[in-house]
Amino acid sequence: MTYITLPRSRPAERAIEFGLRVAAAVGIVTTVGIIAVLAVEALLFFAEVSPVDFFTGTRWSASIKPFAFGVIPLVVSTLMIALIALAIAVPIGILAAVWMSEFASMRARNIVKPILEILAGIPTIVYGFFAITVITPLLKATILPELGTFSALSAGIVVGILILPLIASLTEDALRAVPRGLREGSYAMGATRWETVRRVLLPAALSGIAAAVILAMSRAIGETMAVVLAAGTNPQLTIDPTESVQTMTAFIVQISLGDTPADSLQFKALFAVGATLFAMTFALNMISTWIVSKYRNEYD
Amino acid sequence: MTNPSRAALHSGETTTLNRRKVKNALFSLLALAAIFVSMVTLAGLLIDLVGRGGSSLDVQFLTSSPSRIPAKAGILPALVGTLWVTVLVALITLPIGIGAAIYLEEYAGRGRIARLLKINISNLAGVPSIVYGIFGLAIFVRGLDLGRTAFAASLTLSLLILPVVIISSAEALKAVPPSQREAAYALGATRWQVIRRALLPAAAPGILTGIVLAVARAVGETAPLILIGAVTFVTFVPTNPFEDKYTVLPIQIFNWANRPQEAFLEISAAAILVLIALMLLLNGAAIYLRARLSRGLQW
Repeated sequence: MTYITLPRSRPAERAIEFGLRVAAAVGIVTTVGIIAVLAVEALLFFAEVSPVDFFTGTRWSASIKPFAFGVIPLVVSTLMIALIALAIAVPIGILAAVWMSEFASMRARNIVKPILEILAGIPTIVYGFFAITVITPLLKATILPELGTFSALSAGIVVGILILPLIASLTEDALRAVPRGLREGSYAMGATRWETVRRVLLPAALSGIAAAVILAMSRAIGETMAVVLAAGTNPQLTIDPTESVQTMTAFIVQISLGDTPADSLQFKALFAVGATLFAMTFALNMISTWIVSKYRNEYD
Repeated sequence: MTNPSRAALHSGETTTLNRRKVKNALFSLLALAAIFVSMVTLAGLLIDLVGRGGSSLDVQFLTSSPSRIPAKAGILPALVGTLWVTVLVALITLPIGIGAAIYLEEYAGRGRIARLLKINISNLAGVPSIVYGIFGLAIFVRGLDLGRTAFAASLTLSLLILPVVIISSAEALKAVPPSQREAAYALGATRWQVIRRALLPAAAPGILTGIVLAVARAVGETAPLILIGAVTFVTFVPTNPFEDKYTVLPIQIFNWANRPQEAFLEISAAAILVLIALMLLLNGAAIYLRARLSRGLQW
């Protein structure tokens, strides 16, 4: 926000502005670079494997012959884990946000909020570790004695824990943005807190909450380390959450860890899968931004 | 808070009112339970880590190289690698992040280019970290031929956290009251003088806090570094970030966690404790910086 335009006479001022412009351009260059890298390398892959086979094939076998590059098993596994994660994080995250913004005393909030921030700051590799040392053994000991070392369920649960703080904090922001008047109006009508939350606040904050959920879904789809450690690297087309599966990100990691030659088809597949992953998360992020900008300032 | 009981009593619906009250109580209990779940998770995570890794955490662990024998293994090369990356990422993101934020807030105006820049940055913030790894592999490791070095890793991680740094720095600049800016202009300062002498000192606490927190995030990143070739078995201590082989704490943790033997899980937990301690240290530094720099700032 600048109200005054000054004559830019001094060359030093102009040099500085140029430098700042370069810094700002780094972001654009990065975006263009990411898209270019993914597009070029994915095209090299599609010169050898037809895109139709890639996008509609239901068998993925990049390391065991006969090779097959149908991405559907990877996509389905990724989505299954993301949906399990959302099933856990959405209700708990929204409830936690409602509690923080509507029920908690200032003191309680000052304790809980930093805890959620700590949870959000823990590296995802640590969550992966938590999945193999606590969540999977716990599931085995209680409800699923047959569960193997790796499962989509454990991965989904841990990714749910991982995205919970994101949903909680964005939902809390959305609830806080609801004008006081709506709250007070509801209470003045004799509504209880629960009724106010359900009939007034949640509908009013719906767009913000929806944007948060979509963003969290994008996060879950792109999550790597927790999923690699918890879900394993077994590419198969299944919707059974107790099975070991391989997500798109897990495939990328598997190829990078081995000594796959850089000019092999497997290595090129890494870029094709990366491009698919990027396209999916990019679309979700755009939808989320779109929801926020479309419904913003509804009450001003 | 208004008391709903009166309205209901007047309409003579005591049973409905009771039901509503019960529903309300149930709901607040449910909401409290949700909070409880997050607390228990964090507690469970920490208890598990300390219980599993606490006993392996000693001076020998911090000063040894990795070994095939878990009892003799240590994290020194990984710790040094992580410190290299931390310092480099901070040095790279500081000028670029602040520069871009200043451009966005003070120069770009509100036209189409400014909007494009902002949308682009918020989109970049949502790109999965592993995609940055792919980019780093193609551009830094191969394209610029930096090889699999800590320097290439630092560049990749810097790009990864730049959006966060830019957004938080821009917020900090935005939070400076317009009066500060206007007063400086009124004294005849040029645009850069206003930024340098009035805006940056006032926004410094917010900017630096944001950068330190973003660097803490970079320190914990694992996935992009797997792509750009941090290796898992480094037995020497890297003396410079251009050395051909390096490793960092998260990679070391991943490598040990990925093995079936319990003994490796234990040292993995110990390494996680060190990583978390490092991140807490950075967070503490952020809090300290904010307190220290905002002293004497009064609007």
